[in-house]
Amino acid sequence: MDRSDRPVIAEFVDVHRHYRMGDNVVRALNGVSVQIRKGDYLAIMGRSGSGKSTMLNILGCLDRPTSGAYMVGGRDVARLDDDALSEVRGREIGFIFQSFNLIPQLTVLENLEVPLFYQGRVGPESRRKAEYLADRVGLGKRLEHKPLELSGGQQQRVAIARALMNDPLFLLADEATGNLDSNTEKEILDLFDDLRRDEVTIVIVTHNQKVADRADRTLWLKDGQVERFDVNRPAEVAP
Amino acid sequence: MIRDFGRIVQLGMKSLLLHKLRSSLTTAGILFGVASVIAMLAVGEGASQAALEQFRDMGVTNVLVRSVKPEETQQSSSSMWSVLDYGLTYAEADRIERLLPRATVVRVREVQRGVMRGEAFRVTVVVGTEPSFLLASNMKVAEGRWLTDLDMLNQENVCVLGHKLAKLLFPLDNPIDQTILAGTDDRFRVVGVLQGQGRAAGPSGITYDECVFVPMTSSRRRFGDTIRNLSTNRFELTELHEIKVHLAGSDEVENAAMVLREMLLPMHKVRGDTEITVPLELLQQEEASKRRFNLVLAVIASISLLVGGIGIMNVMLATVTERTREIGIRRALGAKKKHIVQQFLVEAGVLSALGGAVGVALGMIVPKVITEVFEEKTVVLPQHVLLAFCISAAVGVVFGLYPAWRAANMDPVEALRHE
Repeated sequence: MDRSDRPVIAEFVDVHRHYRMGDNVVRALNGVSVQIRKGDYLAIMGRSGSGKSTMLNILGCLDRPTSGAYMVGGRDVARLDDDALSEVRGREIGFIFQSFNLIPQLTVLENLEVPLFYQGRVGPESRRKAEYLADRVGLGKRLEHKPLELSGGQQQRVAIARALMNDPLFLLADEATGNLDSNTEKEILDLFDDLRRDEVTIVIVTHNQKVADRADRTLWLKDGQVERFDVNRPAEVAP
Repeated sequence: MIRDFGRIVQLGMKSLLLHKLRSSLTTAGILFGVASVIAMLAVGEGASQAALEQFRDMGVTNVLVRSVKPEETQQSSSSMWSVLDYGLTYAEADRIERLLPRATVVRVREVQRGVMRGEAFRVTVVVGTEPSFLLASNMKVAEGRWLTDLDMLNQENVCVLGHKLAKLLFPLDNPIDQTILAGTDDRFRVVGVLQGQGRAAGPSGITYDECVFVPMTSSRRRFGDTIRNLSTNRFELTELHEIKVHLAGSDEVENAAMVLREMLLPMHKVRGDTEITVPLELLQQEEASKRRFNLVLAVIASISLLVGGIGIMNVMLATVTERTREIGIRRALGAKKKHIVQQFLVEAGVLSALGGAVGVALGMIVPKVITEVFEEKTVVLPQHVLLAFCISAAVGVVFGLYPAWRAANMDPVEALRHE
């Protein structure tokens, strides 16, 4: 199936994000337009200060554009209030962070259930799903462990499973392998490949070329604008 | 909904258990607040109930006029053998009867004597009185009969025993128709025993349960009006020790008290040898002072709970700062502001409710200890316990509100970046 046949699940339309810093206005994003289609594996690259983090925050609905539109699941999040934005985060986006960000006092199982808890969907069903996903990321036997009893790679696997709990439109990974050694990094990237084969959409923000190379396409940001797109692999590889 | 709340509480407990010492110290603030409130209320309630019972036993429809031994002046104590003459007279009792025709006037004489029967001996008060005493003091006959008008007329040497005294003098056998010896040579035949009253106020610091009752006329004839006081070894001339004025209803008390004061004051003012007690007034005063006491207590309670509340707020603010990152994570995973508020409010609520619960337990034990050690009556009322607990829980919520609000209004992006 050609990429253009797949539905658009998230779209930046001329997104600007300006911050006021004293008397200066910082133009973190300056007219970015980009489409994310189902099954995409997109890496966002750029130097620090290029607008990567801002783009990540807006993609993750943690922040809103100053102008322009960001459409997710058919809704323009720039117009949503805080509650609705939280709802979109909880239903449509699967966050994966550099430092894993598991909640230390909760067990693996409880951590996995957190996203569903906020949608009032915790029950036997969510437990089965957590068990299934833990199994899928290779941690089926660790459900009752606390995060700090696990290695970094294992913690990131839990975080990936957690990101998948709500069947999000896309996974949003922020330097997902930045805290891991190269072996573990490879394992996690292999897991991403694995997920991609199951048509999971992945957006990964990174400054690591090795990581970006594993994606189908790379978006280069510079000074708050799209510098270029690299296509690393023909899109039709996607099943 | 309920299951979700249960889960929030459970997760809250987990977070609190991360800092056991901190959580328990905060809890202790509320704990002692609640415990002291309950204990204070229990002591107050006990004291007030004891007072109320005492006044009620005096009879709310009674006005009591008592003879009071005046302060001894140099002059009067100059001679060991001079007779101390004070107090109420028979003539005054008769005048009261004329002034208050609807009232029952009960004359009471109290003579201290050693009472003996066989081996058993007890120094007690021989109460000389009239048949109407029983009604006025709200007492009942357990066995035999009470004093009659005929006993009065014939100056019979009969007596009725208080419950405790009967037990003491006749531990095994039936006292009726037996004889007791009062003093050295006055014998009285027991015709009845009164029911125990427990706490009823009697003369000279003992209860009526420990007294022996004889006809007024017999007391006068046997002991005379001039009596040697056993403790001071002085002769005292007192015709009547007490006049109980029993009224038909409590609405007549005020008027009767006024009449009695106006009548007796001019005659006894200089020496101050009488005292008018109006149980109803005392009862009302006690109720008023109870209200004042409760107000003071409420102030103290609010201060102690305020202190506890500040403790909770302090800890919750620290917790929120410490867990900024967790708040960011939860927000990223879809938590709305209300969820974050809920989470921290529940934690504050759990802290204070826990303190409240243990405080209630402690607050119920402390009054028991006070009763044991200080022999002070205490009463723990269920509504006081409920009140203290509810206030403690409310304190948690009120003082948890601001930290929770702060947590909820953090910028998720900033919170996630927090180390």
